[in-house]
Amino acid sequence: MSAHGATAEATHQPGSKKLFMWVWFWLLILTGIETFLAYLKLEPHIMLTLLIGLSLIKAALIVAYFMHLRFEKIGLFLIIVPSLVFCLTMILIFVFPDSLRIAQLSGLGH
Amino acid sequence: MSELEMDTLAGTAWDGGAPPFATNTKKLGMWLFLLSDSLTFSTAILAYAYVRLSSATWPRPFEFSPAVVNATFLTFILLSSSLTMVMAVAAAHRDEIRKAVIYIILTAIGGIAFVVLHLMEWFRLFAEGVTPWSNHYVVNGQPGDPLFGGTFFGLTGLHMLHVSIGVIYLCIIAYGFGRRKFNADHVEVSGLYWHFVDLVWMFIFPMVYLMSVNLKG
Repeated sequence: MSAHGATAEATHQPGSKKLFMWVWFWLLILTGIETFLAYLKLEPHIMLTLLIGLSLIKAALIVAYFMHLRFEKIGLFLIIVPSLVFCLTMILIFVFPDSLRIAQLSGLGH
Repeated sequence: MSELEMDTLAGTAWDGGAPPFATNTKKLGMWLFLLSDSLTFSTAILAYAYVRLSSATWPRPFEFSPAVVNATFLTFILLSSSLTMVMAVAAAHRDEIRKAVIYIILTAIGGIAFVVLHLMEWFRLFAEGVTPWSNHYVVNGQPGDPLFGGTFFGLTGLHMLHVSIGVIYLCIIAYGFGRRKFNADHVEVSGLYWHFVDLVWMFIFPMVYLMSVNLKG
């Protein structure tokens, strides 16, 4: 994205119909894999890890191609994505230890 | 305009002569809104994870068929409506107004189909006795956590509200663009909103549906 962002502003509307069809196709494939995982009824821990991984890939595909962020200036990416990642990391750090503590107190033993 | 002023206008972003993100203010504004909205959804999903982790009686009620199959179909509808929206933005930038309006209307129809099918599922659950306040599930011999309904309807309801607002937004854009009151940038910005609604579903679908598949069934 970094190499591309600086050079792409010359073409105002990049990305061809074929490219978007491919992205759509891969999003459907990834959704299919997720649904298949639910059909297999995996252990919750493995399931959650795989699902979050696949969902992040899908989100990245949507943001990069459908929302054109890959073709924008790198500055736009830098004000949006790092701040979001930072906020989410802070929430995760403060919320989950507490949630697990409640579970431990009530003898759930996760 | 003096030569000095011309120089300033053609200058770098630091001189104030060029937009720093090489984009119009509408688009930047929409991106910043989406940033804040993604935090709204993130905190809602994390709150769901919080109460679920700390609950001993959290039900996993959904069978693969029909609940998961239905949700997968909803995902397919949203993804396809995102594809038509991308086509609409591309057509709008090529100044093919008729084509763009048709694609935007197709996108809105996808949104309406999503809301209708999702509401039908809600009413099926209501009929079963699952409400935002209570449910009839039994987990380890105890009644299922009532927060299951609260988080399920809260998360999917917040998302459905976004889809409904998106449909209205797209109809206004289609009307305005068709009558040449709006330009291609307006279409592109509405597309950003629509793809974001799609993106949020990519997290709600696995977290709410796939993680609630009944392991014993």
